[in-house]
Amino acid sequence: MYKYDQYDQAMVDARVEDFRDQVRRRIAGDMNDDQFKPLRLKNGLYLQLHAYMLRVAIPYGTLNSRQLRKLAEIARKYDRGYGHFTTRQNLQYHWIKLEDAPDILAELATVEMHAIQTSGESIRNISADQYAGAAADEICDPRPWAELLRQATSFHPEFSYLPRKFKICVISSPADRAALRWHDCALRIVRNEAGEEGFEVYAGGGMGRTPFIAYKIRDFCPAAQIFSYIQAILRVWNLHARRDNIHKQRMKILVHDLGEEEFRRQVEEAFQHFLTLDTDFPQAEYDRIAAYFTPPPFETGLPDDIDRSDPDFALWVDQQVIAHKTPGYAIANISLKPIGGIGGDATAEQMEVVADLAERYSFDDVRVTHAQNLVLPHVRKQDLYAVWQALHEAGLADANLDLVTDVIACPGLDYCTLANARSIPVAQKIQRRFAEMERQLDLGELKIKISGCINACGHHHAGHIGILGVDRKGTENYQLLLGGSGAEDTTQAKITGPGFDEDGVVDAVERAIERYRELRDPGERFIDTYRRVGLDAFKEAIYG
Amino acid sequence: MRLLTGNDLKTGAVIWWTGRDWSVHVEDAADAGEHGEAILAAEEGARRVNGGYMIDAIDTTQGPRPAHIKDRIRARGPTVRPDLNLKPADPAAGDWVI
Ligand code: SF4
Repeated sequence: MYKYDQYDQAMVDARVEDFRDQVRRRIAGDMNDDQFKPLRLKNGLYLQLHAYMLRVAIPYGTLNSRQLRKLAEIARKYDRGYGHFTTRQNLQYHWIKLEDAPDILAELATVEMHAIQTSGESIRNISADQYAGAAADEICDPRPWAELLRQATSFHPEFSYLPRKFKICVISSPADRAALRWHDCALRIVRNEAGEEGFEVYAGGGMGRTPFIAYKIRDFCPAAQIFSYIQAILRVWNLHARRDNIHKQRMKILVHDLGEEEFRRQVEEAFQHFLTLDTDFPQAEYDRIAAYFTPPPFETGLPDDIDRSDPDFALWVDQQVIAHKTPGYAIANISLKPIGGIGGDATAEQMEVVADLAERYSFDDVRVTHAQNLVLPHVRKQDLYAVWQALHEAGLADANLDLVTDVIACPGLDYCTLANARSIPVAQKIQRRFAEMERQLDLGELKIKISGCINACGHHHAGHIGILGVDRKGTENYQLLLGGSGAEDTTQAKITGPGFDEDGVVDAVERAIERYRELRDPGERFIDTYRRVGLDAFKEAIYG
Repeated sequence: MRLLTGNDLKTGAVIWWTGRDWSVHVEDAADAGEHGEAILAAEEGARRVNGGYMIDAIDTTQGPRPAHIKDRIRARGPTVRPDLNLKPADPAAGDWVI
């Protein structure tokens, strides 16, 4: 993985000391909250319901064991012994004290981590395929590009006062495991007919109050010109964004208002201008960064079969283990969705177990997924049983990847100051309702996503079944949505009708799922049946 | 009744105006009546509270209970982590939240 050079380290260290001084001045009364708030947000520090919340960036969801152990140590020392992995592949601590925040950032800096640009009107943590460098279907590892873009956009003056936040995603496979088209700007690495690498570029996606799926703005941008193209997109948005209206500042609104063709025309014009400025990444710089992502020294001649004589282990393999590009290796997904637990939460001890396993069995590599799970990307198949045993002991061996109990849920009203309703208890009730393994397996892939408000951090627009918490006269109410997807077949979910209370929405989910079982053709997933028969067939079952 | 609440500047803890001071226990909260805005302005100026605001509450024999669910959750802690509440040993501590 990437290693900081002296410039990176100096920048991050200087930023910590700046913030230390800002916190000191705020506590001493030299700054009021209006002056201080934008500064703390630029360092990922929010004020939530019960305490400050610190959002730590995990660039493209990649961690090493040293970093994960540091995250565990911080959880234990400064928080309440746990952290929450988010749908942006980041980690949040929910019980931070302002007076501790500079020390925490200083500790993060010792393992090349920070919280810069995890909030505010900036280019946020760049996300990527969690199986990067391991996936059997990828063209190349997308992370060197994500890292180049991270470096080029961090502290970039033109991107320091953006109209609103801006989210970039990079993948390099036909399968989309990163909710690509729900980003402001999305890049898929492809090869053209001449075999040259470049990018399919998508623009204008985003969830929130006004959801839009990004449209393909360019079929092919040569790899060597991608930074010019991204600067062109940002320039057009920066020039024309509706800075006067907080609900209209995201780039998706501009794309919608201008129309795809006009937005593309303006971007192409700006692109031609940027090409003359010579700001693209030189090949030598790409090579320098790519060298940090050279594949680990995989062994050859390893056995490819797995001893499945332990049925619990076999079930876990079937559900959690994915094909690796190298014979003898596998990608092992670690569920953070125990039945009745809090999705995405990991205790300090669990983080340490995963760090140990990564060090011992996965070339010191851990990934965070946007579905709030973890991944050991490079495990020898012959080591899977030992990995599973250790996970089992740590309460991390649930076998529910992409099943009905692998629910994405934002922190909701249990933690979040913007929430209308709680998300986690709804997820827990759904999990308990469908806990029986046979039932989960019978239902197959079924992605449920829950947000506690219209900001959609729980990706409800992209759920096969989505749930949105709303405030109905001071009480929690939940809208049900069907038909969304964050995969390569991206679609936006549709609201089914009037909302429900907490128990009511769990019952409604079950009725929708039972209708799917009645209507499905052999081999059809929930989303396939929904697409074939349409919303009305489900509405009937949901509302009677 | 009207309560004043906010977060402690240094720790972020949820705090309630008691009439003289701030407490982490909603049971200690006092009716701020008509004077809420003036108290908040003075207390924020003195950095004894951060992000303060006024809420409606109901007076009960067990003490004041915020009218809105968001402030009831603030008063008690995340409903999904009763072990992290201010009174985790009291199984009835949160019965009034939801
Ligand atoms: S979706 Fe709303 S409630 Fe959930 S975390 Fe985001 S802002 Fe908070």
